[in-house]
Amino acid sequence: MHGNLLEIHGLHKRYGSVEVLKGVDCNVAHGEVISIIGSSGSGKTTMLRCVNMLEEFEGGTIRIDGEEIGYATAGGERRRKPEKEIARQRALTGMAFQQFNLFPHMTALQNVTLGLRLVKKMSREESQALGETWLDRVGLLSRKDHYPSGLSGGQQQRVAIARAIAMSPRLMLFDEVTSALDPELVAEVLQVVRSLADDGMTMLLVTHEMRFAYEVSSRVIFMNQGRIGEEGNPKMMFASPKTERLAEFLKSSRFD
Amino acid sequence: MGYTLNFAAVWRNFDDLLWGLGLSLLLAAVAIGLGCVLGLVLAFGRVSRSRLLSGLAGLYVTVFRNLPLLVLVLFSFFALPQMGLRLSKQSSFVLALALYSAAYLAEVFRGGLLGVPQGLREAGLAIGLTQTQIRRSIVLPIMLRSVLPGLGSTFIGLFKDTSLAAAIAVPELTFEARKINVETFRVIETWIVASGLYVVTCSILAALLRQVEAKLAISR
Repeated sequence: MHGNLLEIHGLHKRYGSVEVLKGVDCNVAHGEVISIIGSSGSGKTTMLRCVNMLEEFEGGTIRIDGEEIGYATAGGERRRKPEKEIARQRALTGMAFQQFNLFPHMTALQNVTLGLRLVKKMSREESQALGETWLDRVGLLSRKDHYPSGLSGGQQQRVAIARAIAMSPRLMLFDEVTSALDPELVAEVLQVVRSLADDGMTMLLVTHEMRFAYEVSSRVIFMNQGRIGEEGNPKMMFASPKTERLAEFLKSSRFD
Repeated sequence: MGYTLNFAAVWRNFDDLLWGLGLSLLLAAVAIGLGCVLGLVLAFGRVSRSRLLSGLAGLYVTVFRNLPLLVLVLFSFFALPQMGLRLSKQSSFVLALALYSAAYLAEVFRGGLLGVPQGLREAGLAIGLTQTQIRRSIVLPIMLRSVLPGLGSTFIGLFKDTSLAAAIAVPELTFEARKINVETFRVIETWIVASGLYVVTCSILAALLRQVEAKLAISR
């Protein structure tokens, strides 16, 4: 366990003629908790989605523990890796989504065990035991047989986090996991994220929760127009932003 | 109108009607089964990103949905042997109905596939599932649940379409009824009973499908 867990170098991404990421460089060490902030359209979610190949990207490299993600370059030619290989690489990271995206035809427990059985090839007993452990960890063991429709938004998001984390990813990606929640349900989800951070999980969080970013992150990245505008220790950054853009952004953000 | 209904002649031949009904159900089951498999393949083809696949699937649907089933049945029975494919009456009818039903089922399935939220596929990808695993464990079950109500009407419609097999003398329900009609001259009685059998059978089918639907429904 030496060096960086995640290395993003010169990341470029475009949708048609719109360049969304204009060369992002970012290294993440083991155990770091990084909050990515910025106004909408700044490219923060896109960057996160490139890390697990939910988005293709046209330039740059992403490495996890030194392994190049998604593409292989041989003889100057850049090729997308085979689907099977990409699927395996996606399992190196876990992701929680803004809209939870729980499988509606499966119970909470089945949501968590699906990947364990199909990807990790665990037996039914093994996957259920592990699934129950993680549901317990997010405080939802008593709801294991409930379908997503019978759970609150906060509960659904906690199941979704359990589903991702049960796969024992090396890196967790959180994409605005509290943005779709009613205000009174935000705390229970942040509590789960915080406890994972306390356990030493490496994570990248795209978030609008400034107070949370401030309290939990080891580092904050401010995305601005497809580039990293500023990054650093949250206390320093929030207290004395170096750029005009960050100062404006912080002024317009709520800290509660 | 001096006509007295007399069902005695029909009851004497009731066994034939029941055997006919049995054959109707069997033809429908086999044809719809094949049609579902082909329809699923076509539906996935239509929504695939490959222009070629979606074009071919679209062409299939255009052709087979716009042909009257009777024409397809006659083609299959009379023309295919000329082209070197000799099938029994039953098989040629099943072939025609399967090809025809696939076009309708493909459209039903396609609608369901489009309704599966993209976010669920992404959630599957994010835990490391392959496209095939996602299709089988996530997309297919969710799609099937959402199309069940429409599927029920399609199945019932296709079951009734088996009556066209009478045109090539497959001894299914309508054919048997016509035989009894011709042999006994109890015209009204024969067709009342045959109609009753269709209505009762379809009602039972509908009730069964509703039960499946209720059982599989994603609880809300």
